[in-house]
Amino acid sequence: MIKNKLDTKSLLMDYAIYVILTALVVIIAVISPKFLSINVAKDILMQSAVRIVVAMGCMFIIISGSADLSGGRMVGLAALIAASLAQTANASLKFWPNLPELPIFVPVLAAMLAGVCFGVFNGLVVSKLKVPAFLATLGTQMIIFGFSSLYFNMEPNSSQPLGSLLKGFRNLGGGSILGIPVIVIIALLVMLVVWILLTKTCLGKEIFAVGGNLEAARVSGINVFKIQLITYSIAGACYGLAGALEAARTSSATSAYGSGYELDAIASCIVGGCSVAGGVGTVGGVFAGVIIFNVLSYGLTFIGISPYWQNVVKGLIIIGAVALDVRKYAGKK
Amino acid sequence: MDNTNIVLEMKDISKSFPGVKALDKVSLTVRKGTVHALMGENGAGKSTLMKCAFGLYHPDEGVIKIDGEEVTFQDARDAMDKGISMIHQELHPIRTRNVMENIWVGRIPYKKIGPVHWVDEKKMYEDTKALFDDLDISIDPKRSMGELAAAHCQLVEIARAVSYGAKVIIMDEPTSSLSEAEVDILFRIIRKLTAQGVAVIYISHKMDEILQISHEVTIMRDGQLVGCWPASELTQQIMVSRMVGREMSNQFPPKVHTPGEEVVLEACHLTSADPRSFKDVSFQLHKGEILGLGGLVGAQRTELMESIFGLRPIASGTIRIGGQEAKITCPQAAIQKGIALLTEERRATGIIPMLSIEDNLVLANQTAHPRQYDGGKLFLNEKKRTGDTQKYIDSLAIKTPSQKTQIQNLSGGNQQKVLLGRWLLTDPDILILDEPTRGIDVGAKYEIYSLMTQMAANGKSVIMISSEMPELMGMSDRIMVMCEGHLSGILDGKTATDEQIMMLASTYEGAEEGDIAK
Repeated sequence: MIKNKLDTKSLLMDYAIYVILTALVVIIAVISPKFLSINVAKDILMQSAVRIVVAMGCMFIIISGSADLSGGRMVGLAALIAASLAQTANASLKFWPNLPELPIFVPVLAAMLAGVCFGVFNGLVVSKLKVPAFLATLGTQMIIFGFSSLYFNMEPNSSQPLGSLLKGFRNLGGGSILGIPVIVIIALLVMLVVWILLTKTCLGKEIFAVGGNLEAARVSGINVFKIQLITYSIAGACYGLAGALEAARTSSATSAYGSGYELDAIASCIVGGCSVAGGVGTVGGVFAGVIIFNVLSYGLTFIGISPYWQNVVKGLIIIGAVALDVRKYAGKK
Repeated sequence: MDNTNIVLEMKDISKSFPGVKALDKVSLTVRKGTVHALMGENGAGKSTLMKCAFGLYHPDEGVIKIDGEEVTFQDARDAMDKGISMIHQELHPIRTRNVMENIWVGRIPYKKIGPVHWVDEKKMYEDTKALFDDLDISIDPKRSMGELAAAHCQLVEIARAVSYGAKVIIMDEPTSSLSEAEVDILFRIIRKLTAQGVAVIYISHKMDEILQISHEVTIMRDGQLVGCWPASELTQQIMVSRMVGREMSNQFPPKVHTPGEEVVLEACHLTSADPRSFKDVSFQLHKGEILGLGGLVGAQRTELMESIFGLRPIASGTIRIGGQEAKITCPQAAIQKGIALLTEERRATGIIPMLSIEDNLVLANQTAHPRQYDGGKLFLNEKKRTGDTQKYIDSLAIKTPSQKTQIQNLSGGNQQKVLLGRWLLTDPDILILDEPTRGIDVGAKYEIYSLMTQMAANGKSVIMISSEMPELMGMSDRIMVMCEGHLSGILDGKTATDEQIMMLASTYEGAEEGDIAK
């Protein structure tokens, strides 16, 4: 029996995210035509950029059939580390008083390195200690928040928000090149790299295979341990970069940064067509998943609806997306 | 035979599934207070018949009578209410709760005080105690189910069946996970039950047990009834010949290969790390040979092959490949040594359902030899991937709309061919096939057989695990037979008869002496 029908229903299901996104934009634009402007689009993209980087990291985990709740706190820790290394020489209450002004790639790389370290930790706990990913990363989440708070509370800072960041560093979040915000360019570059990794390399194929059927992947000679370690490390690098960008965008950092980002990222991935069971996901879908939530929050405010309604709509979209996913993949078993 | 005391009568039961007639006018008559054994090869239809008797399947045709009255079962619960209970091969006790709760789950005794149903612990305990005393079972009703050994779980399950007032208790391979001493306990309880007038239908492959415990034996073959005899008239030989007696047809390709002398794989005294699995297995595989591996369910054939492939740990023994001792602890190592394994469970450990045929087919080779696909650089060579895939779509005649089709949308036979392609692409010297033709149609079967002889003709070696006698005899140069984790014998494929295979599969002579010595 060969099924190759491209009927309207399955087409709609496959591209549901894009249909919903378009519908949303059309509805908001009809109510308030000013919504369709370059500046609004730029605003939405700038607001989405950090979330896109977090969601790209999270996507690796979800495609590999795992889960990660530690992403948000990793963003927070990375933001603190990046900000503490990117302060101007004459900042008041400087975090590291004797530190000279560093080239801006140093704080960014340090933030990413911290992310990778905790990613490796997650990977080891999940694949060696066999702790279910959901609980392993819940533990990591708490551990990281603990470290963030300790770091943030170190003398002489004593839990004061970090400020006076280098202009070059702040430009990562607020500057633009040829009218395009730098932060958006970085997010797009991350998407490009992730797309290449997932679709054009052996590694990508192996990640999909592990997520699609872990036992079959193992039998086929894939080192499942290695793949899990790599996916968590890549995710960690993404979270680290996102943290640095978040600090640059807001010119500040506290230990509360990044709280709840992991859940938004998971929601974006699922709404963007990743299967909760693993083995399925596209960069374009996840991108649309992030954008849809930001269009929603921006758009509802734009047409004067109480922002408190946003969460109601957001929640409904997540439930709808998973219900759709269950029908699409679980139904075939 | 006399017609008195018949408790369960199944007459002319037929049941079809898409493409298969699982039961063809099968009849079974079970008398009060007797043990009735049901025998047949794998796939003979024993389980299907019992599922009809237990309300899990609805027969297409035929009549079921209990105590002379015609009945139809809505579902298992209905069958239990009417006096039939079944003890499945795999038990699923609630291990975290105690014994008595396991027995009364779903109908726990209670006292009603106001609007609340309070659990009546005392009545539950006393009822359980009475039930156990009646059957001579000495298990504390308050013990946690998780602490009980397999045999005791089985006894609890039997007590539960009795507590429903069962007139007929069906036991599906009840001794498959029991030790010899535990079997004795089980038999004692069965005799106690029959003395009380309960009938037991006993499904088993173990002929010595059947001759020991049963009064009558019904034998099935290929969904049909062979006949029913008093156990006293039977011997193991007679049972075997009645179970297998079928003619061979031309369903196998002619042999185009001759096995060589060179030993490519040698296993010496392999023992599994799992004490319930295989022990002290030694064999040799020659170049250009098809080695069949037969045995019954639970013979540990899959476990043996998966251990050789590095999927399961080995406690002791050595594996030599091409004369060199090989330490294989993971599939990667096995693949590097030129071994490929097509697993038994296509869905669980074979296909990656949502990925394309191409992704599924190149998976093993691309993982083993990434350089072939990315030339040591980052990007995959798509041309090489499509080329490799197309080669096997053509040579294995895989029917698919395109290479990008998700593998889950193909038929079972075509999925199996994609998986075969996955392993052939790694160019193995030793190809292990675990039940390669299970659940696929006749045409695809023939193509897989042809491929095996072709492989052997090209100097590769094949090990085929199969539970189908004709396939084992039709394809193998030699047939190695296992029984309960032991190698019970190796037969020449040209001269082996199904009686010999069946005999080896159900008896392991070496084991009995050893067990008695314990």
